Formats: sequence, C-alpha cells, structure tokens
Amino acid sequence: MKQITILSGKGGTGKTTITAAFAVLAREAVVADCDVDAPDLHMLLHPEILETREFRGSKMAVINESKCIKCGICREKCRFDAITQDLTVDPFSCEGCGVCAIVCPVNAVTLTERISGYAYISKIKYGFMAHALLNPGESNSGKLVTVVRQNAKLLAEREKAGLVIIDGPPGIGCPVIASVTGVDAGLVVTEPTMSGIHDLERAIQLLRHFNVRPFVCVNMYDINEDNTNKISRFCKENSVEVIGKIPFNPVVTEAMVNGKSVMEYSPKCDVAKDIATMWDRLCRELSLR
Amino acid sequence: MIVAVASGKGGTGKTSLAVNLAISIENAQLLDCDVEEPNAHLLLNPKITRQEPVYRLVPSVNEELCDYCGKCAAFCQYNAILTVPGKILFFPELCHGCGGCILTCPKKAISEGRSRIGIIKEGFTDGLRIIFGELEVGEPMASLLVREVKRRIDKSRNVILDAPPGTSCPVIETVKGSDFCILVTEPTPFGLHDLKIIVKVLEDMKIPHGVVVNRAGIGDKKVYEYCKGKGIPILLEIPYQRRIAELYSRGVPFSLEMPEWTDKFQKLFEDVKELVGN
Repeated sequence: MKQITILSGKGGTGKTTITAAFAVLAREAVVADCDVDAPDLHMLLHPEILETREFRGSKMAVINESKCIKCGICREKCRFDAITQDLTVDPFSCEGCGVCAIVCPVNAVTLTERISGYAYISKIKYGFMAHALLNPGESNSGKLVTVVRQNAKLLAEREKAGLVIIDGPPGIGCPVIASVTGVDAGLVVTEPTMSGIHDLERAIQLLRHFNVRPFVCVNMYDINEDNTNKISRFCKENSVEVIGKIPFNPVVTEAMVNGKSVMEYSPKCDVAKDIATMWDRLCRELSLR
Repeated sequence: MIVAVASGKGGTGKTSLAVNLAISIENAQLLDCDVEEPNAHLLLNPKITRQEPVYRLVPSVNEELCDYCGKCAAFCQYNAILTVPGKILFFPELCHGCGGCILTCPKKAISEGRSRIGIIKEGFTDGLRIIFGELEVGEPMASLLVREVKRRIDKSRNVILDAPPGTSCPVIETVKGSDFCILVTEPTPFGLHDLKIIVKVLEDMKIPHGVVVNRAGIGDKKVYEYCKGKGIPILLEIPYQRRIAELYSRGVPFSLEMPEWTDKFQKLFEDVKELVGN
C-alpha cells in the first residue's frame, strides 16, 4: 500500500480540489481528510457514513469548589495560563496536562475526559473515506489526524486498496507533521504568489525533514508566469520535480458550488485535463499501476 | 484596541486584509501570528530591527539518578515519556512542556533543558510596527510561539493580529483576548463551511466579530444569507479583480496602488471601533 499526502504550507492553494480530483481518477482508493479543524473534502465527495467514533483527545481540569481552599498554587504552577484569577479553569487555555491536579494540596482538582470530536469511516462513490470533525476550538488536532490515518490504513488493508490519498491541513505544525510522517510522497500544491513561494519552501523543508519524497504542483500558474518560472527554477535547484501546472479557471469554483469534483463537473476543461496528466505522471513515479 | 483577523479556511485573504488595514490606519502594530507560514512581512518588506530566538522547556533525564519507576511516564498526558525496566525514552515532539514530570519524579532525576522552537523578528515599514514569529521546520508546538509573539503587544497602538488558518490551538491562542475579530471569507461553499466553524469558536469565547467578504462575485450568495440569519455584520466586500490578485502575487498591498481603498479600510476600522464601543 502506498500513501500520498497533498499539502501546501499556505492555505487556499487548491489542496482539496486536487485531492477530490485524484479520488475520482484513482477509482478504488481510500481518501483521508486530515484537515480535521476545517474539513472541506466531504462537500465534494459526499461520504455516506458507515461508522462514527467518539474522539477523546484531550482532558480538562475541573476544580471542585467545595474542596478548594483558594491557595492559588495551581494558578502559579500552570504554564498555560489556564487558571483564571478567581481560580476557575479557562477551557480554551487548558491543555489537560494535570499539573494542577498533582500540586493541589487538598485534591480539589481532577482531570476529566472530554469528547473533542468524531472520527468517521465512510463509503464514497470512488472507494472509501476516513475523515473527522474536531469540535470547534478543541486542541490536539494532531492526535485526531493520527486516528484518521489509522482508519484509512485499516480501510485500505480491508478493502485491498493499493493507495491512500491524504488531504492535509495548511501550515507546517503539529497536524501537518502528523499528516506527512511515513508517507511515500508529498505533493505540495502552491500558487505563483510571493506567499505561495515562501510557504512552498518551508513545506519542502518539512518533507525533507521527515524523509518524504516531495513533488510540486503549481496551481493557477498563469496568474503570474514570472513567479511560476521562479518556482520552477527553485525546484530545479533543489531537485524537486514540478509534476503539474494547473491554469486558473473559474470552473473550479463553479464545480465546488455544485458540490462536485472538477473531474465530474467539467471533465473536458483544461483544469481537468491537466490534473489527469499530473495524476498519470505521479502514478508512474510511484509505480502505482 | 486589539483586532484579530481570522478565517477558518486558508487562503481567503487574511494577510492581505490585515496588511492593508494596518497600513491604512494611524499608529498601528501588526503581529503576524501565523508562525507556521508567516507572510505579512512579504508584503511589507520591513526593516528588521530585532531578532530573538524562542525556546521551549524540555525535560532531560539524569540516568544516574533515575530508577525507572515510571511515575513520570504514568503522569504524562501526551505520552512523551516511555519507561521500561532499565530504560527511559523521551519523545520531545510530543512534549507540551507542562513540567509535570519534574514534579512527579521522586528521585529528582529530571531537569529542564531548552529547545529552540523558532525566532521572533521585529521591524518597521514607515510608521507601522511589525512583529512576526517563524516556527522552526519540524517543530509541532506552534501555539507557544504565538503566545511569545503576543507578549510583544503594545496596547498604546492599534493592534492587528493576523491569525493562522483553521480553528485549532494556534488560532485560539491568537484570538484570545482580542476586542474584535474580523473574519475574512470567500463566498463559496468551502468558505462558508469553515466560517461557520470559526463563528462557533468566537461565540463560545464571547469575542465580537464581523465578516469581510473577499473575492466577492465568485461562488454563490449563501455566505450573505448565513450572516443575515445570524445577525453578523458584513463590514466590507472586496470584489474579485484580476488587478488585486496580480498585486498580491507580486507582494504588493493593493491599497498602495489603488488608493481609493485606503478610505475603505479606514472606514472599516472606524466601524469596528464603533462595534466594540470605544
């Protein structure tokens, strides 16, 4: 089984559009949406949920007011500024570490588990999908990403699918790291803007750091061809292959408004053709067929 | 006043809005809290006047004192320590730096070392102060660096915070304590879906908020219907224009080349002030 992660560094460069297109092209793959705090892939692939599991990713401190003697030691020892001046727990700052519970001289603090989200296993038209939803404002998205990836792997083994396609979150922090560790390739989707270039460089460094083979796709390459050339030069100098260039076309947004992948909505348009060409090249590079 | 700029979905134009707003108003301080991929400085080319590395505390074990009792491992909620007879293993990438292992160790075998997580840079362009953090590649704990960036808030100025995308920890860390949050969205199903999630977060945190619709004209009308239904004010619309996209791609804040927008950003700031009740 092979695993490929679509990532970007910068948000909004087209990760989900490309992941959905790959799902259509791959036919029988397992798709994993690892952007667990803002998942969008389900709006294009319409998963039919087969299984839902609670995700208990983090704990939270609870202070028993009748026991509390207001000594303030917990507030002093908490490194996350999660105990307020009137000695209550700020749920948005608490990281559930438990230090307050062990320093409390009267055992007034306990840790309670909270449901931080849900993980789903679903059927899609083109195979299966593992996805999740983190409750708004929850921490520990990296852990939920790991759950989604485990689910995807199990699904792939059970269904004898040869490929897992992972839609990653933006950035390079904890949930992105959880999305790229141990995969066979990372496809960085970038755009020809100053920000896109800057973030691409950091995303490639991240893949190298974790020994993942990088590929690059320049989306909307025609909005600034000078910058696209800069990206090509940068990639060449760093021995990274630019495996696809996709033009700007409002049809991508139209497809999204209609809840479809661009491959289904307008299979003959330039965007669909270029994504298909990129997919073929990627399959060859990774010996997928 | 502290105003955060967030979005849920990435790439909707947070940084573009934060930068254009900051250069349009007087006495501003811009803090780029997207430490994973800071971009505001690319549009401003500030003269950097100060750089400071940021460290996090990570435990280090003195194996001569350790008797592998496993109390630290049992305490650690993040599974960052593993003890087996005769061996203790530490996984720094999982450590949140709470310091609990040190408190639980009966042999006082654990002390704290530090590990570099990134750098904070401060500089200025004209009258605008800019501060941004850069997370070290491979370092997962972005929130800590966000917290350090925010320690440099100068309350005597009009503070603009540029948040990372999403709704998880680093975003919460950014918007926490803000007087207002401007949500930049695009009028598409993805934009709306992620907008709803961040609105829920802000409602829970009781932070007043309003929406700026970027790339107005693409997609559909559902963002407008949603905001109307929720009573969320639409503060500004920025139309989809090739010129704006091109300027952004070259790293130019569009209000510099399209000066009619300076007034609109000033008005946006005045409207936010009024909503906050200053």
